[in-house]
Amino acid sequence: MIYIVIAYLWAAILLYILLGGADFGAGIIEMFTSPKNKQYTRTTMYQAIGPVWEANHMWLIIAIVVLFVGFPAIYTTVSTSLHIPLVIMLFGIIARGTAFTFRHYDAVVDNMQKVYNKIFVYSSFVTPFFLGVIAASTVSGKIDPSAGDFLSAYVFSWLNWFSVAVGFFTVAICGYLAAIFIIGETTDDGSRRRFIRKAKQMNVAAVVFGALVFIAAKTEGIPLDKWMFDNVVGVVAIIAALASLALLWYLLLKKGKVVIIRVLAGFQVTMILLAITLRHYPNIVIMKGGKYLSLVEHAGQEKTIYSLAMALLLGSILILPALFYLIYSFQKNKGEWH
Amino acid sequence: MNDFIAARSQMALSLGFHIVFSCIGMVMPFFMAVAHFLWLRTNDVVYRNITRAWSKGVAIFFATGAVSGTVLSFELGLLWPEFMKHAGPIFGMPFSLEGTAFFIEAIALGFFLYGWDRFNRWFHWITGVVVGVSGLISGILVVAANAWMNSPAGFDYVNGQYLNIDPIAAMFNDAWFSQALHMCVAAFVATGFAVAGIHALMIVRKRNVHFHTQSFKIAAVFACVAAILQPLSGDISAKDVAKRQPAKLAAMEAHYHTEAAAPLILGGIPDDEKQEVKYAVKLPGMLSFMVHSDFNTPVTGLDKVPENDRPPVAITHFAFQIMVGLGMLMLLISLLYFLALWKKKSWLEGKWLMRLFVLATPMGFIAVEAGWTVTEVGRQPWIINGIMRTADAVTPMPGIVYSFYIFTAVYISLSLIVTFLLYRQIKMVGRLYDVSPAV
Repeated sequence: MIYIVIAYLWAAILLYILLGGADFGAGIIEMFTSPKNKQYTRTTMYQAIGPVWEANHMWLIIAIVVLFVGFPAIYTTVSTSLHIPLVIMLFGIIARGTAFTFRHYDAVVDNMQKVYNKIFVYSSFVTPFFLGVIAASTVSGKIDPSAGDFLSAYVFSWLNWFSVAVGFFTVAICGYLAAIFIIGETTDDGSRRRFIRKAKQMNVAAVVFGALVFIAAKTEGIPLDKWMFDNVVGVVAIIAALASLALLWYLLLKKGKVVIIRVLAGFQVTMILLAITLRHYPNIVIMKGGKYLSLVEHAGQEKTIYSLAMALLLGSILILPALFYLIYSFQKNKGEWH
Repeated sequence: MNDFIAARSQMALSLGFHIVFSCIGMVMPFFMAVAHFLWLRTNDVVYRNITRAWSKGVAIFFATGAVSGTVLSFELGLLWPEFMKHAGPIFGMPFSLEGTAFFIEAIALGFFLYGWDRFNRWFHWITGVVVGVSGLISGILVVAANAWMNSPAGFDYVNGQYLNIDPIAAMFNDAWFSQALHMCVAAFVATGFAVAGIHALMIVRKRNVHFHTQSFKIAAVFACVAAILQPLSGDISAKDVAKRQPAKLAAMEAHYHTEAAAPLILGGIPDDEKQEVKYAVKLPGMLSFMVHSDFNTPVTGLDKVPENDRPPVAITHFAFQIMVGLGMLMLLISLLYFLALWKKKSWLEGKWLMRLFVLATPMGFIAVEAGWTVTEVGRQPWIINGIMRTADAVTPMPGIVYSFYIFTAVYISLSLIVTFLLYRQIKMVGRLYDVSPAV
């Protein structure tokens, strides 16, 4: 039963990165779009994510609920030591979620739109950045629950070069996913080329920040290279990601099929997450002095895990068909709703 | 303000904010479903416009409620890690089911908001109903989790250890039904009166009268039926609280001394030092009757509760009085409205009844906030009644005061923006939705 719960947790995190990430990326793309194309980008993005965008963010809630029900020690340690970045991320979520809706549902279209746009764009950057910071901090070995002073307990647990680099990397990945996604949503050749170029730029940014992550890990004394390359799964995952990346660039040049491009991009992100998580499994939080929190050792009691697994299974029977039908119906005839 | 009080205030603020949006998100879909049904049945375009106008508002409220709910799921750990460490695995069941219900709600909302003219008309209608039903289920589940804090169940507490956890028994704790019933009916009362009040204001001001009259009717009928039922569910709740949490009931009633033929205390200012209530109206024997259905049975007073286990009396008592008082006013307005519908049609034409509804616009939500204050403050000093103290659950992180200030600023600005948006929606009704034949 515990493995069902762990699988769901992993899947929820992955889906949040993919779907929520593409969603954040929409704002990041908007940020890096020239003023004359901004409105087009906005409309296309809205056409693409309008109906599913609330659902995209549910995966975060699923992941957090699984954590606090099934793995309370992990949930509470992380929320205590990473209190500050979590709060900043929450403000990002508040700002982004409301600004997105307000700009489309404000009955009067006037200068307020500029305010909503600004808030939406900045929070689309800040939120995934801090998500990256938080994720990096959980494995950075900097969390120290027994630290006595404020700075080492609540600030240096997350403020270091490694976490910051992962933050930027996450932002680039989100932008990349969004650009890849939106290529298939465009209606004319010009904008299609524009988004292909965006996708390439974001991809280059992701690779550059990815390299910076490794350098930062070195300076912070985090054996990231060892984690990635001293085991078969890590190596295979990285090779698979690189190979699919090469194929994707080729297809971008050849104007290949939209679906394949999207699948490839999703595949790369999946491989990256797999390589990072599998090496430590079942440990999910690595703290100072080699201490860790494990999904197996620090799980709740058996009955809790059993009922959580049942709730997740029941939930997915209800959710997945409905969600697929939602995505399918709005992808089938794009942009026909008001 | 120390960090502990700041943490409590931040939690109170976040929940007090969220509760408004979740009530609206849970009830408005039913109003829309009725309007939508009438449109599909009668082909009267005003009903389609009402549904669409309301759905714009719902989208705004839903998005705000969704983010404030997300924030809460983190705040539980950010502010109360010691509580969540032990309580999470026990009372987590309703939350894991709520995740599903909320997800379904978000999917159905996607279909509903963007599905006009895309799907079979009745399929589209049903997605709207699903939004309401799953929202209601979400609400019930979350309240069941809160009820567990009042009435802990599903574990054995042995030497500070939480053993033999049974999440299902925890979910179906003794308080879940009475609390969930009271909250759901309250959501209908509060949302109903707020919506009816806004439309009544427009009717009084003679703006788009046809549109607003039809909208008013739907909201008012829901609100008034719920307001008439609410005292019954309140009675169930009070009896329940008396049994399980005598300290809370005593604080609600400012009932200091255990006595037979206990009086019901109306109003007044509780004085903890002298253990008495000044300037209050006392109805002899009524409290005994309300709690035990007998005028003479003694009711436990605060004197039976150890001093450091007593909740703050004044806040709980005032909040309770406000809730009941407003409930009674809304009950009265509801009775007048039904009387008007059945016997006195002429009242509906006159302005005074509409003005009463305008006056009642905020009453339901004030009552909701007050009632929620009763249940939370009345449970103090416990976070898990009788098991864990709130002070022992709070985060060790210093500086929560600043976090509280920032959250306050964020929620105040968000409230202002939502109010502003709502104002603009209403202002635009004439331009977007009015089809009254007179124009």
